Amino acid sequence: MSEKPKFAMYWSGSCGGCEIAVLNIGEKILEVDARFEVAFWPVAVDAKVKDVEALPDGDILLTLWNGSIRNEENEHMAHLLRRKSKLLVAFGSCATEGCIPGLANLAPLGEIFETVYHTISTDNPQGIHPQPVTQVPEGEITIPALKDRVYTLSQVVDVDYYMPGCPPESHQIAAVLDLVFQVLEGKAQLPPKGSVIGAGGSTVCDECPRARNVKTIKAFRRIQEVAPADPALCLLEQGIPCNGPATRSGCDARCPRAGAQCIGCYGPAEGVIDYGARLMTAFASVIDATEPEEIERILDGIPDPAGQFYRFNLADSLFKAGAPAFKHNGH
Amino acid sequence: MSETFEPVIIGFTCNWCSYRAADLAGTARMKYAPNVRLIRLMCSGRLDPTFVMKALASGADGVLITGCHPGECHYIEQNYKALRRYLLLRRVLKGMGIEPERVKLVWASAAEGMKLAQEINTFVEEIRALGPLGWNRKLAGNGHKVEEPALEVAA
Repeated sequence: MSEKPKFAMYWSGSCGGCEIAVLNIGEKILEVDARFEVAFWPVAVDAKVKDVEALPDGDILLTLWNGSIRNEENEHMAHLLRRKSKLLVAFGSCATEGCIPGLANLAPLGEIFETVYHTISTDNPQGIHPQPVTQVPEGEITIPALKDRVYTLSQVVDVDYYMPGCPPESHQIAAVLDLVFQVLEGKAQLPPKGSVIGAGGSTVCDECPRARNVKTIKAFRRIQEVAPADPALCLLEQGIPCNGPATRSGCDARCPRAGAQCIGCYGPAEGVIDYGARLMTAFASVIDATEPEEIERILDGIPDPAGQFYRFNLADSLFKAGAPAFKHNGH
Repeated sequence: MSETFEPVIIGFTCNWCSYRAADLAGTARMKYAPNVRLIRLMCSGRLDPTFVMKALASGADGVLITGCHPGECHYIEQNYKALRRYLLLRRVLKGMGIEPERVKLVWASAAEGMKLAQEINTFVEEIRALGPLGWNRKLAGNGHKVEEPALEVAA
């Protein structure tokens, strides 16, 4: 048996980009292997769930969990890995705030199934509609049932640390791993439980090099409609709906530096209770109009307000979902 | 259901106008529906949409935002900010499948106690017609506890 502390990483309701981001840390991944015994990491090593179940409780030192809680299996694994891990990190936007999968909370489950299995973009001539339990000649087979809506990791189990980003930037992952290595050597202390790690405490605007003046917005426009966008001027000032003002720093304002608006993947900035509400405040404050008709005309430039303001944060917002998501449970 | 449904409404008032209008309605012994719980802000411009979201997510059926008439803000133009936030917030609510009519903006000066009382009565009936929102029950309806605002992420 190895004396090395154990490491795990798990992937639930998400795209897999977080796993790629971890591999993107380059040579440091070798240090992870040198310092840790990888107990469970389905993407990278061949260990089974029963191997995790066989471990004593709290035996895994560090588990990075990426992904939302979309189905019963995700929830089961969250409880299992919580029990087996000393430190459970909600890793990436899906685990911390629901991310893009969380937008499913705007629609009822039935509609989601309908869209995925029975619309024109799906080749499903037999009209197969998956069921949690299916009878086949060999017996009964089951697949995990979807939960009523998408949950964040901390809505299901206790979480020690939150690492935002879609995905977390590789240099931030490397910095967090360095901290963990230093903690292992007794050279550093862990931050207080519940901390956001691998990110800044301010907003994307704070890291953005673009010049900012007093904003007076007469129209919102999509970035491709602004030709060419001023490369040195605040995008929001140019009427491009940039989510920087409400979004946590830590990415080094990657998107605005590259000429694209911030879409908010690092989640709510420090102290923000509801991401969308903070962003609404920011946008409404800089609209240069006082007449309701004029304001409405300007707001028409944001065609999907719920998507604009809750693109990554819906499952963790005050509402957690849109009203249609509750249709099935009798409300 | 509608016979017993008493809407819970949170009313945000401005220190300089609508709160005094409510005060005036009180001292003048005007009656208005008791469904509204008034919260005094220094200005309608202080109204963070978070307050409205939290009220609705925590069990309120409607939110009434009140402020000084356009051009009469004690802080020059903050009520216009409130107006813009309100119009934007309604669009977001609609996008989330919630009736935007559950949030209403009313201008009322310190002298308009009667107007405010009437507006409150009208709004209570509008919300009564819409029925309960019950968002806290919706969130609690699947065995998960109703959570406090997501402060843990920002902590």
